Amino acid sequence: MELSQKTIHEINDLLEKKEVTVTEVTQSVVDRIAAVENKTAAYLSLQTEEALSAARGLDAQLGERKKRTPLEGIPYALKDNMCTEGILTTCASKMLYNFNPPYNAHVYDRLSEDGGILLGKTNMDEFAMGSSTENSAYQITHNPWNLNKVPGGSSGGSAVAVAADTAFYTLGSDTGGSIRQPASFCGVVGMKPTYGLVSRYGLVAFASSLDQIGPFTKDVEDCALVLNAIVGHDPKDSTSLNLAKKDYTKDLKQGVKGMKIGVAQAFFGEGLQPEVRKSLEEAMAVYKALGAEIVDVSFQHLDYALSAYYMISSAEASSNLARYDGIRYGYRAEEFDGLVDLYRKTRSQGFGEEVKRRIMLGTYALSSGYYDAYYKKAMQVRTLIKDDFNQVFGGCDALLTPTAPTTAFGIGEKTSNPLEMYLTDIYTVPVNIAGIPGVSIPCGLDNNGMPIGMQLLGPILSEETLLKVAWAYENEKGLKNLKAPLETEV
Amino acid sequence: MEYEMVIGMEIHVELGTKTKIFCSCPTEFGQDENTHTCPVCLGMPGVLPVLNERVVEYATKAGLALNCEIAHFSKMDRKNYFYPDLPKAYQTSQFDLPICTGGVVEIEVEGKKKDIGITRIHIEEDAGKLLHESADGTLVDVNRCGVPLVEIVTEPDMRSAEEARVFAEKVRNILEYTGVSDCKMQEGSMRFDVNLSIREKGADVLGTRTEMKNLNSFRALVRAVQYESKRQIIELKKGHEIIQETRKWDDTKGVSSSLRSKEEAQDYRYFPEPDLVPIVLDDAYIEKIKSELPELPEAKKLRYIAQYKLPEYDAGVLTASGVTARFFEAAVAIYDEPKQISNWLMVEIPPLLKEKELTMENIPIKPEQLAELLKLVKDGTINGTSGKEVLKEMFNSGKNPTDIVKEQGLAQVSDTGELEAIIEKIVADNPKSVEDIGAGNDKAYGFLTGQVMKATKGKANPQVANKIIREVVAKQLG
Repeated sequence: MELSQKTIHEINDLLEKKEVTVTEVTQSVVDRIAAVENKTAAYLSLQTEEALSAARGLDAQLGERKKRTPLEGIPYALKDNMCTEGILTTCASKMLYNFNPPYNAHVYDRLSEDGGILLGKTNMDEFAMGSSTENSAYQITHNPWNLNKVPGGSSGGSAVAVAADTAFYTLGSDTGGSIRQPASFCGVVGMKPTYGLVSRYGLVAFASSLDQIGPFTKDVEDCALVLNAIVGHDPKDSTSLNLAKKDYTKDLKQGVKGMKIGVAQAFFGEGLQPEVRKSLEEAMAVYKALGAEIVDVSFQHLDYALSAYYMISSAEASSNLARYDGIRYGYRAEEFDGLVDLYRKTRSQGFGEEVKRRIMLGTYALSSGYYDAYYKKAMQVRTLIKDDFNQVFGGCDALLTPTAPTTAFGIGEKTSNPLEMYLTDIYTVPVNIAGIPGVSIPCGLDNNGMPIGMQLLGPILSEETLLKVAWAYENEKGLKNLKAPLETEV
Repeated sequence: MEYEMVIGMEIHVELGTKTKIFCSCPTEFGQDENTHTCPVCLGMPGVLPVLNERVVEYATKAGLALNCEIAHFSKMDRKNYFYPDLPKAYQTSQFDLPICTGGVVEIEVEGKKKDIGITRIHIEEDAGKLLHESADGTLVDVNRCGVPLVEIVTEPDMRSAEEARVFAEKVRNILEYTGVSDCKMQEGSMRFDVNLSIREKGADVLGTRTEMKNLNSFRALVRAVQYESKRQIIELKKGHEIIQETRKWDDTKGVSSSLRSKEEAQDYRYFPEPDLVPIVLDDAYIEKIKSELPELPEAKKLRYIAQYKLPEYDAGVLTASGVTARFFEAAVAIYDEPKQISNWLMVEIPPLLKEKELTMENIPIKPEQLAELLKLVKDGTINGTSGKEVLKEMFNSGKNPTDIVKEQGLAQVSDTGELEAIIEKIVADNPKSVEDIGAGNDKAYGFLTGQVMKATKGKANPQVANKIIREVVAKQLG
């Protein structure tokens, strides 16, 4: 097995025993990028030279040092909506084609302090709006399990980099499923933590009350390791929670015996691919065999989640994206006649179709005379959905659902029908609305050999429980050894 | 028909915090363009605001000083609009749940007392400035972006330009006392928007109002109210309807003109600011701020009358500005002659300030220097005339009065021997005056005293000199 194919904890063992150097580890992933990036197109920009140089620097230090932090010397990548000083941060938009932030996202600072090695910035749907990464202004990213399929989105590049072993881990952002759905489509682990657990400072905002940064990893243990590094209070983010530091690896392997795992009909509705349903049923059987109890739970208001999500997220986006006006940074229309024309042309030319659609939708929802019917109503639904989840978690420790109704769809298949595209997020958006954590892990392949993902949800700050439940399944099924073939047909 | 005007006001006041509302950039006025900025106040992608606790403290203080209720729960909202002086394209403000509501300020106009209601006070951020007169076209200075403001909204309780002015001055005075703002109008720290309508006197419905924005002096406020009320009355008399609109006041020309009508009014699409958590204040916090409030003008005036035995007029003048009151109190603390200090503060100091284009805020002398000077006058070291000269010199050089008296040899001549010689010569030189006195014309004494002052360059102790003059003249007249 190539070094690049290993997990973080496996590399950690090798580094600790001094059997490999950080340079060898980094070189292996740089070689892998050289070999497969032309097929996957996961990255928008690469820092491989800087990464190798950082690796040599770390090797020189580590030689004299006994202790290292768990992510020290591990090469990783960031979704291109996290600010990196001096490195382009485009949000896959023409609007920010030349934007070099003069500051870092909190997560980038955290990982840099821990000795992380940044390989590059990954592709995404423009401003994180989309479910297939096809809304990137720059390139189409291909699913390594079948290059004709989408990787999901919006954090498609981050999911693919982990699935194709072109990064040991990556960070994505999840506003309505943008980590969990691509993790599901690409057969990797992806977690959206509790809202407020990871600082959003330096994450270019899509919908502030829903956005949350989280990891993509090759297995559940790696997910816990990355979470350990990025979780923590940040005084620069007022919504960041101030809690005592936890070690998410501590109780990881304690098993699920005696735990109650909930299953709700609302998550097994119309449009669910039969193999997905079958995989989930198998997962229930696995949990039962491991000593957990499967309990039926029910929701009252989940049907309204998707509509409420598109109202709230678009409303916030319409305000968050208003600053891209061509005045101070980023794209500016070349020819314009006066201020209003400068705004109009810059924004018409700089934003893609989907972004413009959401800005229009959000502006409408907040307009005088419509506010009560749309935005306010959506916020009321939000409260009801939170209550629903609270009530459900009164009866179970975690909820098991499919991550998405289907496995990855074909490139171009849903681009002409936005509503159909939105429906791929139907099982992930309620989680952001409620602010609770969710993790997607692989749970098999469909008849075409495409990965299926299952989602585990829990109450606010239940990350430890979710990771324990996820690890138990992964450990039992051993699916983590399945590797994407990187071919057009499977 | 008799008309009356109905005035409500919105007052924007920049809070005197050291740093901005959502970042740690300094708020200092008058710096080079775009030097007090950071990614947060520049509204760069991905940055987040953190509410300055001082802003909440100052807003609470302002609310309590204006007799408002302080909300236990309030929140920030976004007011969305595009303009190049607003980098985020929204102003973070408060919409439906402001931090203060329901206050009142008592004013007195022509001897009549009246309550002006405060509807609400909310927290918000200031926008930047556009510099239109540049050779490179219009440029943006974002130094002011994120300077914290409170907006004070009144009930439509004022009925004349005079009431509006007295109210505005009173609010400025109170806020300046609390220390939440320097209220410097010339630096834009305090600006007024006036809502004005006209109705038949005694009617209980309001007429259609217009709004005039950004009046930045009391003079502009008064003139704008006078102009606009006149304009509306003329329109009404012609049988025209008043158009609800925002008007711009041109202080140079003394006229207002339409800026935009109600139809053109922007839809600000207010919604709760998701990047900030609600402001939750408990009773203990509010009580603590209340206990820290300084003595306010009204209370201070009454205390000056009672404690310092000052006439009501003096107490009113001294407490009309916090700076003057602080100066007075500092002087009186080391030199217990309140009336003498009051006289000099009210009579001698203002012309000197005016001459140097200064105000009490940047007065070049210290309270202890004034006290020292007044002691020298009181104990007879110098006379009052010299005292005024010394004060002038203190303004010019900043030197201590004792040093000035010494350097310029201004100490009074009270030495009888020295004065006797001078006076004998003067009396001898002015036989006409002696004759006049002999004829019963006492005015001639004044002339002789004047001559003595002239000869001693004003240093003669007038009492001593007078006594000797009388003795010498009496001797002459035999």
